[in-house]
Amino acid sequence: MNTSDVTEQGIRGQRPDREAMTGAAGVVSEQQRRERDARPGERSADGSDFASYYGKPVINRIVWEAPAIGGYLFLGGLAGASSALAAGAELTGRPDLARPMRYTALAAISGSTAALVYDLGRPERFLNMLRVFKPSSPMSMGSWILAGYGPLAGVAAVTSLTGWFPRIGRLATYGSGAMGALVTTYTAPLVCDTAVPAWHEGYRYMPFVFASSAVAAAGGTGLIAAPTAQSGPARRAAVGGALAETALATAMEHRMGLPGETYKQGRAGAFMRAAQTLMSAGAAGAVLGRRSRVVSALSGAALVAGSACTRLGVFHAGVQSQEDPKYTVVPQRRRLDARERGKDTQ
Amino acid sequence: MSTDNDEGTPRLGFFTDTSVCIGCKACEVACKEWNLVPEDGLDFTGMSFDNTGGLGADSWRHVAFVEQREPLGHQETGLGRKDTVDLGMPSFELPGASAAPEDRGEFRWLMSSDVCKHCTHAACVDVCPTGALFHTEFDTVVVQEDICNGCGYCIPACPYGVIDRREDDGRVWKCTLCYDRIGDGLEPACAKACPTDSIQFGDLDELRERAAQRLENLHEEGVSSARLYGDDPEDGVGGNGAFFLLLDEPEVYGLPPDPVVTTRDLPSMWRHAGVAAATMLAGVAATFLGGRR
Repeated sequence: MNTSDVTEQGIRGQRPDREAMTGAAGVVSEQQRRERDARPGERSADGSDFASYYGKPVINRIVWEAPAIGGYLFLGGLAGASSALAAGAELTGRPDLARPMRYTALAAISGSTAALVYDLGRPERFLNMLRVFKPSSPMSMGSWILAGYGPLAGVAAVTSLTGWFPRIGRLATYGSGAMGALVTTYTAPLVCDTAVPAWHEGYRYMPFVFASSAVAAAGGTGLIAAPTAQSGPARRAAVGGALAETALATAMEHRMGLPGETYKQGRAGAFMRAAQTLMSAGAAGAVLGRRSRVVSALSGAALVAGSACTRLGVFHAGVQSQEDPKYTVVPQRRRLDARERGKDTQ
Repeated sequence: MSTDNDEGTPRLGFFTDTSVCIGCKACEVACKEWNLVPEDGLDFTGMSFDNTGGLGADSWRHVAFVEQREPLGHQETGLGRKDTVDLGMPSFELPGASAAPEDRGEFRWLMSSDVCKHCTHAACVDVCPTGALFHTEFDTVVVQEDICNGCGYCIPACPYGVIDRREDDGRVWKCTLCYDRIGDGLEPACAKACPTDSIQFGDLDELRERAAQRLENLHEEGVSSARLYGDDPEDGVGGNGAFFLLLDEPEVYGLPPDPVVTTRDLPSMWRHAGVAAATMLAGVAATFLGGRR
């Protein structure tokens, strides 16, 4: 077969065949040659005539499972925002709000971490996540954030349950509240730092969508768990988070260009529409039913469900934008064509 | 731009000249044999002679087959006149039933052996949370299989769809540019097996020079559609360690036309997340400012 070798003196014995010419030069007249070289360069505006390799996706299939990673995103957000609410409740003397929020935070972050470990190809190697400290990897940073936040949330919840070490418990509550904001938002760079069009192109909005969605979920949990006498902040957080999330998610879809349409289609569309309905209903219920514990709790449940739907919607939009090569090829082709046109006019 | 790394080892890579690829798939076989890549299904895709489908955990070389009703360069088949019959590309119709007379006989077959691009700025290396993926002394990109925990983050991070998770194993796998061979001065298995030298291995600087010359020659001979892909150190991934000479637009071969390493935007992503975190804390604090209820 091939007898060429790479030696220290360079390549030896390469075959002449690699210089073989394709086609038969000189057979075609100069005029025919010009006609053939002038290939049409126009493309349709909607990107429907893009080229692909038998319609196969350009980027590989996302191996993450929707319930695991959707749940990981949702529970992490719920935990972080719950800790923030717990810290505020602790500071302003609302023990009946602070206590359930601390429990929620611990339960949610445990679930989030479990979902992450479950979704590893080699779960027994999950500690390898703490092998390096790598700001270029949101998953590495997230692991360190979880490693710092998890124990704080644990101490806050356990001291609250047992009544031991109240001062340490209070400090842990404040610490986990501050770190909770990081836990809530780091998952946005995590999904956006990929080549998945519907995720990457939304990176300016995604952390705000996730943060407001998490606040709505934590507020909703507060409405379920705390008596109406102390749930005022949770109610305001729930309503504010829900309104902000609905507005920001809509803005993100519209601003990201072509891949934004995946948020309206298929499963992603169903989850995003469900999220919008649940968020609107939950916010309305939280305002109108503020004197009723039952209506408040139902509204809270709607907001929690809505927040989970948002994460699942975002997840599925990413999967859908990966599966169709259009969302990878068309924006890149437009960028390339625009650059080449710019070069021509110079 | 210098491609030498700190130790002064020259950067090694592939130049895959698809204009001389004959689609024999010897590269796929040699790669599987040398690297002990497991069998991943003897599938029939039904779309072309390509029954591999694409790159993945168990396909580190993939030969694409593209069939087009276009002449290659200024190839003149002698067919295509009104009194000639259609060549009969595979179809469900009677040969020549739908082709206009001027289309008959115009046909080219593009074949291209795809592989990991070994990017200068590799997203897979950047996002790997365990440090399993790394740049070697040859500036190639390799997974350390004893460290990878199968988080799967590198898979959607790769703009080319190269790296993938092996289902029964849980870890990710891809081309190593035969890290075990090149350290001993051997060329990678695929390049060694390639009968037409469509796959060329060597110092990247030298390969780039050779590719530029080849492109010029092809253009002179009228193959105006020839272009280099991944050779530009100024592109979105800082240039590929494995680059190509293609005869059509990259997307025709399933390659992204203008890939950008996703981590280019990561500093901005962290800034946006930081602002969102601060806004969230301020918003939650504000909910406690109201009345006692």
